[in-house]
This record gives sequence, C-alpha cells and structure tokens, in this order.
Amino acid sequence: MKTALGFAVAAIVFAVLALAPFYLDAYGIGLMIGMTGYVTLASAWGLFSGRTGYVSLATVAFFGMGAYTVAVLNETLPYPVILLVAGAIGLLVAAVVGFSTLRLAGVYFVIFTFGLAELIRQLVTWFETTVTGTLGRYIFLPIGPEHIYWQLLVLCAATLLITWWVGRSRLGLALRVISDDEVVASHIGIDIARTKLALFAVSAVIITLVGAIQAPRWTYVEPAIVFNPTVSFLTLIMALLGGASRLWGPALGAIPLFLLFEWLSANFPNHYSILLGLLFIVIVFLLPRGVAGFAEDLMRRRPGGTPAPAKPAPTPLRSEGGEARP
Amino acid sequence: MTALLSLAGLTRRFGGLTAVNALGFDIGEGEVVGLLGPNGSGKTTALNMISGALKPSGGQIVLRGEPIGGLSAHRIARKGVARTFQLVRVLPSLTVLENVLAGLAFRGEPLWGEVAQGEADVLLRKVGLEGRAGEAAEQLTYIDQKRVELARALAARPALLLLDEWLAGLNPTELRTGIDLIAHLRDTGTTILLVEHVMEAVRALCGRCIVMNAGTKIADGETSAVLREPDVVRAYLGTAHA
Repeated sequence: MKTALGFAVAAIVFAVLALAPFYLDAYGIGLMIGMTGYVTLASAWGLFSGRTGYVSLATVAFFGMGAYTVAVLNETLPYPVILLVAGAIGLLVAAVVGFSTLRLAGVYFVIFTFGLAELIRQLVTWFETTVTGTLGRYIFLPIGPEHIYWQLLVLCAATLLITWWVGRSRLGLALRVISDDEVVASHIGIDIARTKLALFAVSAVIITLVGAIQAPRWTYVEPAIVFNPTVSFLTLIMALLGGASRLWGPALGAIPLFLLFEWLSANFPNHYSILLGLLFIVIVFLLPRGVAGFAEDLMRRRPGGTPAPAKPAPTPLRSEGGEARP
Repeated sequence: MTALLSLAGLTRRFGGLTAVNALGFDIGEGEVVGLLGPNGSGKTTALNMISGALKPSGGQIVLRGEPIGGLSAHRIARKGVARTFQLVRVLPSLTVLENVLAGLAFRGEPLWGEVAQGEADVLLRKVGLEGRAGEAAEQLTYIDQKRVELARALAARPALLLLDEWLAGLNPTELRTGIDLIAHLRDTGTTILLVEHVMEAVRALCGRCIVMNAGTKIADGETSAVLREPDVVRAYLGTAHA
C-alpha cells in the first residue's frame, strides 16, 4: 500500500516535471537540464558509492566518455545507436576498470578513480592532437533542449527505479553486508567482487548516458570541457549532502546545491571556487550523514517521534584499510 | 563413519614462519571435534584455511569428497561450511532478523522472501532470540551478539560448522547457556569443529579432540584420553607438569 502510494506520488511528480518545457523559457529549460543531469549523476553515484562505501572520483571519466562518443559519432550513426554505443563503452570500461580495481580498499580506490579520469582525458587529448590533428569536435544534431530534458528525465526515473529495486533485492542486502563487514560477507556466500562490479557497471553506464544525452547541448566539445574534474566533485558532494545511501538522498542534495552553484557562479564568478570549497567544509561538519540522515535524527529527537529500531544502512564512507568511519 | 572433512598435509607459511605444518585429520558426519592447543599453535590458521579466509601453502582439504582447498571463502560457504569468529562479528547496521536473513540469502540454496522470514524466525527461536528480530544487532549484549552470529551461521544449513572460540569471554551463566546451545546442535546432528580454550566446554561437548602445538598435530583421540597425554600436558602447562 505504502509502496503503491510512493509510486503514484513519484509518477505525478515526474509527469509534472515532464510538462516543464511547455511553461518554461529557454533559460528555465537549461536550468532543468542541468538539475536533472546532476540529480541523475548523484543518484547513480550513490547507487554504487553510497551503498559500498567506495568513494569514486571517476564520475567525469564516464560522463566525458559519453559526451565524447557523441562528438565522435554524431555524423556517422543515428542518434539512438550512438546512445547504445556510449552505454556499451561505459559498460566495457567499467568492467575492465572494476575488475582490476575493486579489490583496492579505501583511499587507494579514491586515488585510482581520480587518476583514471585524468588518464582518460590525457589519452583522448593525445589521440586527438597526434592522430586526428584536432583538439575540439563539433556536434550538430537536430535535438532541441526539451528533448534532451525529456531523455534525462526518463534516465533519472530509471535510475531511481533501479535504486529502489536494488534496495529491496538480495543485491541490496549483499551490499549492506559488504559495507558492514567484507569478511562476514564472503563467509556467508557473497561474491564480493562480482556484486561490487555489477553495481559499479550499472552506475557507470548511467553516468556515461548522462554525458551522452547532454552532449548535443554544447555544440563544441574538447577534453578540457567534458573531462572537467569539477563534475566528479560536485556529484560527490551533492550525494553526500543529501545522503548517498538513501533512495531520494542524492536528489535532495543535488537540487539545492545545483541552484546554489548557479547563483554563485552568476554572482561571484571570480570567487566561485573559494565559496564552493568553504561550502564543502561546512557541509561535512554540519551534516556528516546528509540531509536524509539529519532529518531522521530530528524525527527521532522530536517528542513523540517514532524511534527507529533498525538503521536502514546509513553507509559510512570507507576511509582506509577497510575500516569504516563516519 | 564416512569422512565429511579430510585434511591431508595442510600447510600454511607466513614468510619464514610455518604456522600450520602438514596437518591431517578426518571428521565424520555428525561428529563434534575439539581443536585445541596453546596460543599461536595454528588452530585459527587451520580454521581460516578450511573456511577459505586463508589459502593453504600446501596440502589438501576435501569436503564430502570434493577438494575445497584454495577456493575463495564465498565458494566454500556455498558448499556448506559456516563459521563464527574469534571476535564476534555481527553486521552492526542490520537488525537481528536481517543478520539471519543474510545467512539465508546467499547460501548454496538461497532463501528469500516470506519463506526466508519464516526460517529466520525458527533459527532465532533456536538460539534463544525469539521476539528480538527488530533490534539493531550492534545494541545487543555480547552473548546475544554471539547468538546472532550462531543463528547466521546455522542459516547456511551447514554441513560443517566451525566455531572459533565461540564460548570465550562469557560469564559462568552465559557459558552454561552457550554449552547447552551447542549441545543441542550436536544432538540434532550438526557436524562441528570447535576451537576452544574453555576445557569445561570441551569435555562437555567433544567426543574427540585434536591438539596442535607449534603448527603440528600432537594428539588426536577420545577427549579425556587426549587431555591426559604427556605431550598435551607439556604443551599446555610446560615440562614440569608432564
């Protein structure tokens, strides 16, 4: 009953959001595209990192690959096929990277994923300058901003649906066990590497598709634009602010932060980065468990509020040597 | 008696140190065997090799005729080897019920959904945790966390249950409860390999004992006879008492 109600509310919200292009101007649609993009990125990031405690900074690697795939193929293949190819590339890279790195624990994984994003950016730059003799590429696709928005909205809904399903499935329980204690996980029959790899791949494909779907908006792309590490950091902080292991957590973080970033970059273009850094620090200090966790704490403290007997996996982020730290 | 588990020449080296040296023994279906020895004698290392936490440097581990030595822990678990740990390991962010469901969901023949809930209730009753399903596992007392760990291990419907000092750190009343609990498992036919220092428990539960010292087996046989052997007394208490 509760589930059905939740689905009905979510369906109404998405239906209203789908109508946005009919009553918003071009700037409004642009804002909605950016926001939906980041909600999807943060949710996809939370799907893997929020549930396993493995902090990935590879978001922009997959995002950029998606965008670049569109840039490279936009004149040779039909658009739906390009999206499929982008998804397949994301899957392939995630499988190779995941297979070789998901055994790395804690900070080593973080550093690797950051390095991966830089490596891919440098490889693409090297390829473009030495093989094709150019650095930037143009994207001329007859796809209007409203179509980009609708595609992103569908992807966003799919991401939330997958996250919901994972939360209720055996896979979801496996992830909670893994994030609690990997030794126990393996001794009760959980194939840790395979479980993490599966989720990493799903998350990476979604992130790749966000990049691919947004690419036609830019008209011109080059590695420095689509592989900008800020995308990884913003995604991470949005998911953490909202509550990375919750279904709606990343969205709760992404929406206000995206709007705030827009406002900051418009009004303080020269001090934007400094303000952003300060904001990150404040968030980590004030809301270590995210908005969702903070709301739960408030509910618990409220007189007459229902005490929560079981904590539904507020996954602490893994720091070093497999030890979990909030 | 058919051998459920056979170890032959099982060896584990850590650099220059040989923690377990050519260990060999059989355990029959339904047997409860004590694995004893002073600290550092290689008991837990042997247990870790059987459960897959450590890969053997040499030798064989055979479960029901199938070699399992060197397989990863999750594969061995799915073949029916369940264990508890020296330092109790509950899944802290999960409830008591979820801890047991985790044991059911990933075993060789997984259980999920309503059937699993029913089975988990049975297991919680079995270890004396009826009515506690919704409690957070990390909030439980030490003995209750041990009960959760045992219920989770039993959820695997194990062919072989490895208990690593499961009774350590319990007060006398809890110890009595713990011994009764394992005795009940023994009486229902569970095969158990028990690493234990609590002699009261060993005498009460194990028909047979294997004693290790410095990585090698020094005795194997009927419990009271083994505990009288001079080598065993020497290993535990020193030469003066042998």
